[in-house]
Amino acid sequence: MRYSGFRVIKEALTGHRGWGPAWRDPEPQPAYDIVIIGGGGHGLATAYYLASVYGQKRIAVLEKGWIGGGNVGRNTTIIRSNYLLDGNEPFYEFSLKLWEGLEQELNYNAMVSQRGILNLIHTDAQRDAFIRRGNAMILNGADAELLSTEQIKARYPFLNTENARFPIKGGLAQHRGGTVRHDAVAWGYARGADRLGVDIIQNCEVTGFVMEGGTCTGVETSRGTIKAAKVASCVAGSSSRVMEKAGMRLPIESHVLQAFVSEGLKPLLPGVITFGAGHFYCSQSDKGGLVFGGDIDGYNSYAQRGNLPVVEDVCEGGMAIFPNLGRARLLRMWGGIMDMSMDGSPIIDRTHVGGLYFNGGWCYGGFKATPASGYVYAHLLATGQPHPTATAYRFDRFNRGLMIDEKGMGNQPNLH
Amino acid sequence: MLINHPLLGPRDAAEFTYMGDASLIHRPDWQASDAAAQFADYGYLRDNPAGLHRELWFHEGGDRSWLVVTRDTTTHEITQVELARDVARREGRST
Ligand SMILES: Cc1cc2nc3c(=O)[nH]c(=O)nc-3n(C[C@H](O)[C@H](O)[C@H](O)COP(=O)(O)OP(=O)(O)OC[C@H]3O[C@@H](n4cnc5c(N)ncnc54)[C@H](O)[C@@H]3O)c2cc1C
Repeated sequence: MRYSGFRVIKEALTGHRGWGPAWRDPEPQPAYDIVIIGGGGHGLATAYYLASVYGQKRIAVLEKGWIGGGNVGRNTTIIRSNYLLDGNEPFYEFSLKLWEGLEQELNYNAMVSQRGILNLIHTDAQRDAFIRRGNAMILNGADAELLSTEQIKARYPFLNTENARFPIKGGLAQHRGGTVRHDAVAWGYARGADRLGVDIIQNCEVTGFVMEGGTCTGVETSRGTIKAAKVASCVAGSSSRVMEKAGMRLPIESHVLQAFVSEGLKPLLPGVITFGAGHFYCSQSDKGGLVFGGDIDGYNSYAQRGNLPVVEDVCEGGMAIFPNLGRARLLRMWGGIMDMSMDGSPIIDRTHVGGLYFNGGWCYGGFKATPASGYVYAHLLATGQPHPTATAYRFDRFNRGLMIDEKGMGNQPNLH
Repeated sequence: MLINHPLLGPRDAAEFTYMGDASLIHRPDWQASDAAAQFADYGYLRDNPAGLHRELWFHEGGDRSWLVVTRDTTTHEITQVELARDVARREGRST
């Protein structure tokens, strides 16, 4: 269905009875050229770019539940490209540029809001590190600005800049960062892909791989066997569970990350603030809720819910810099399962099994990557070569000592 | 979560630091001919199961012992807690 201003007016005058579903509900075909496992943001974006940019046909996205029910619908919606390392920054900046044109491209309102993101600084060492990061961002064509405490105060007068342990000494701002309506990203890509002929098949769980002579030639699903020339796993927190069926062990642990939203308030917080030292970050949604979170719980989990010590830790961090938060009531809290990789960076690569590809290891930061992840994965699937912005995201980087470890934490997934 | 420490009784999990899969007790032999490959697996690859998981917890805010906790990653229910020392001995890692 095409959307236009004319259509909105016509529907308004006729009781909104003419709107149809935004994508079809097809029966699975016996065979496709490319089958994508996982109807999250990344899987749907991959299908969209395969069809739109790389001219591929006969594509299916298989989703075990409903599209958007995974992390794409559970995250805190922050987009940014404020990374330091060469392996990462060009990729995330590519993603931010795709976000900037996304709504025009999809003709779908994803509420991309470049309201800016601010990382707070508390010490001289942190200032040095953030200046270095800002320079790395600028070298890669992104934007970055170092703000003084006064500049921060002018924009966020309610921030407690004089906390005894973590006084605010400045901040690194990326004004092009911001937030996006997460569900709309899944729906927009789904609609876009569907219009280009992609079959989006929900309630279809992949339960195994069809292997012939060591090559993957399809998948077993809860709705029968589906053959495919190429099979592309894209299941985020379920990565280990799915790839295990192909006999693979991954450099990934699954961990739970919690998020919180307050009751709706009048406009208070114009941008996104991260208080990394206190394990707290926050933005205000367009409905008025303060959306906030902090660290992962820190132990392997597939439970999609966390424990109370982290709730306390996040709220303490919030109260330290944002004292008026204490007056707001908490409306909801939830958890999502993160595919935490060994160096904190993702993997987008072919596997040692012919015909089988992998995309995962997004940790808690894969939402901002959605457009670029889909684009570069489509590039890999269509051309057999990694996209120029994603050449570092290889499986073998761990064995070769080429980790992309932004935080310098080593092979401990719960510290990234 | 409460961890029923074999020596101290039930303790808040927040007193502990999580140290990952208990298979890390089995550090490969550095003299093996394929030691590099074994260490790459040991350092970077994990089973990451949905279900029962044996894992190391370090009692950092307590008696500093290491425990092997058996926990269901889909429910967080803990079914067994042992001293890592006892597990390591039983599995032939130390005397
Ligand atoms: C609380 C929270 C806050 C976050 N905040 C941010 C943020 O502010 N900024 C940011 O950049 N990132 C954030 N993230 C991370 C981000 O949400 C994820 O990295 C990203 O959404 C993962 O990619 P995806 O959208 O494709 O995953 P998902 O939406 O999880 O998609 C994977 C899909 O695969 C399906 N699947 C699994 N197994 C199978 C199977 N066997 N067969 C078929 N389908 C299967 C699942 O049902 C799921 O729909 C956050 C995550 C959480 C949980």
